Amino acid sequence: MAVVVWIVEGTWPACVDAARAHAPADAEIVLLHVTPADIPGAAHGAFAGLLGRGHPERDPGTRLEHLAATSAEQLLQAAADRLNRPCTRSERTGRVEREVVAATEGADLLILARDGDRTHLGPHSLGPTTRFVVDHAPCPALLVWPEPAPGLSTMPPPPPPLHPPHDT
Amino acid sequence: MLACAIVRPFGWPEAVVAVPAAALAIVTGAISLDDALAEAERLGPVIGFLAAVLVLAQLCDDEGLFHACGAWMARTAAGRPRRLLAQVFLAASAITAVLSLDATVVLLTPVVFATAARLGARPKPHVYACTHLSNTASLLLPVSNLTNLLAFAASGLSFTRFAALMALPWLAAIAVEYAVFRRFFATDLDAGAQAPPTSDLPELPLFALATVACTLAGFVVTSAVGIDPAWAALAGALALATRALVQRRTTPKALWRSASVPFLAFVLALGIVVRAVVDNGLDSALGHLIPDGTGLPALLGIAALAAVLANVINNLPAVLVLLPLTAPSGPGAVLAVLLGVNIGPNLTYAGSLATLLWRRIVHAHDAEVELSEFTRLGLYAVPASLGAAVLALWASLTVIGGG
Repeated sequence: MAVVVWIVEGTWPACVDAARAHAPADAEIVLLHVTPADIPGAAHGAFAGLLGRGHPERDPGTRLEHLAATSAEQLLQAAADRLNRPCTRSERTGRVEREVVAATEGADLLILARDGDRTHLGPHSLGPTTRFVVDHAPCPALLVWPEPAPGLSTMPPPPPPLHPPHDT
Repeated sequence: MLACAIVRPFGWPEAVVAVPAAALAIVTGAISLDDALAEAERLGPVIGFLAAVLVLAQLCDDEGLFHACGAWMARTAAGRPRRLLAQVFLAASAITAVLSLDATVVLLTPVVFATAARLGARPKPHVYACTHLSNTASLLLPVSNLTNLLAFAASGLSFTRFAALMALPWLAAIAVEYAVFRRFFATDLDAGAQAPPTSDLPELPLFALATVACTLAGFVVTSAVGIDPAWAALAGALALATRALVQRRTTPKALWRSASVPFLAFVLALGIVVRAVVDNGLDSALGHLIPDGTGLPALLGIAALAAVLANVINNLPAVLVLLPLTAPSGPGAVLAVLLGVNIGPNLTYAGSLATLLWRRIVHAHDAEVELSEFTRLGLYAVPASLGAAVLALWASLTVIGGG
């Protein structure tokens, strides 16, 4: 059984814990991290906007690419340590939501965390990126709360009935 | 020439094309030698000022100022991404205003990324804040942006009056950006982070901080007694350079490089070429588009036009084109141009459509950069912050007066 655990800054510990709890002992676990390409891209763009500065070696986008690679490596290492089981690590760069979906091709389970408004039960507890992955994942997905889920009382009240009941 | 500056064939410095282009403009009579010399004389002090600030920023980095700034942000953010965003806004606004936008883009952005990564926070909102604030927060002082230096020379304002008039627009634009960022990146900011594992306190670069503070005070004093404030910047750069040379932490060659002489030559040549273009018909063509007067509608119109022009070409040529056309209307109109050319570039990735198009061609086979999110953020942030800034400028002009 192949299990992909999507590691994202801020919410990853819950995903690793879910893998420990739910992945079978013989499962092949892949820890996946995706660096958004637009972060170094924004720095490249800001530098390109400084007309006439020359010196491409001063481009902060290139430094950000190196820093991002290092930080992804450290994050995956921390996740592997917490998992404390044999696993492989996968680091990708690009459009996050599409890279995650592509990485789950052929997998038997994707483990990911909610990352929107986590004070209420409801659709806003999924940010746009996570929503895209949940909607497009080609395999079963295990969606966990990064911290204990809010209570049922946070659920919005049921909508009023469309047609008021009539006495017939 | 502008195309060559953006394309940079064979990786040449922009000046390689710009300087011969300026020479050609003089030889062909597009601009008379006297006019070219007058333009050079006008731009000379501006370029000296710019060189001093570039060196000052690099030496502050050598002294560890940006590293200390990162450590301060990590400690005070205490593992809360929203706090970190506020710290990034404070740091980027102050650094852009005092040490110019180059310092924020080149020196602060990597530090901010590293800080976010160390906290385990999602770096995107904080990196985007640096790129946006390098434009938006460059309104305050003449030294904050090269566009300001050019406008400062043309406006006839004193350093302190410039700062006094721009303080309110600066604050208004940053406040709007902050509100937009909090909302736009709500998901990333909610994701959480860890407090820094070690509370290592890096040594505060007191000498660098004191030098920057003295340089700022020098700007006020020199402009009060009628001396060019560029001398204060030069004194600040010299103080740090001397110390670094004596302690053998830098070399004359490194200092020379940090002044980016080819860039200075490029600015001078660009100024002469734009002057030639403006004198040969562009002034009458664009003159019709520029609203007269300095009432609120006129200021809004000027700022919007400047923002559009900056997004089409680049804010540097845009400000050179618009300055001679607006300077006769008084300092209010010149400052409205600055609001447009400084805030406007946040709308387009890479600051202008010209640069963007070229980068798209070059990167056609490379990993594409996702532009939709950047552009969406710009569409929320730019009209709102520009509108707020123009309103604030109009209020400042009414209260303080443009004279």
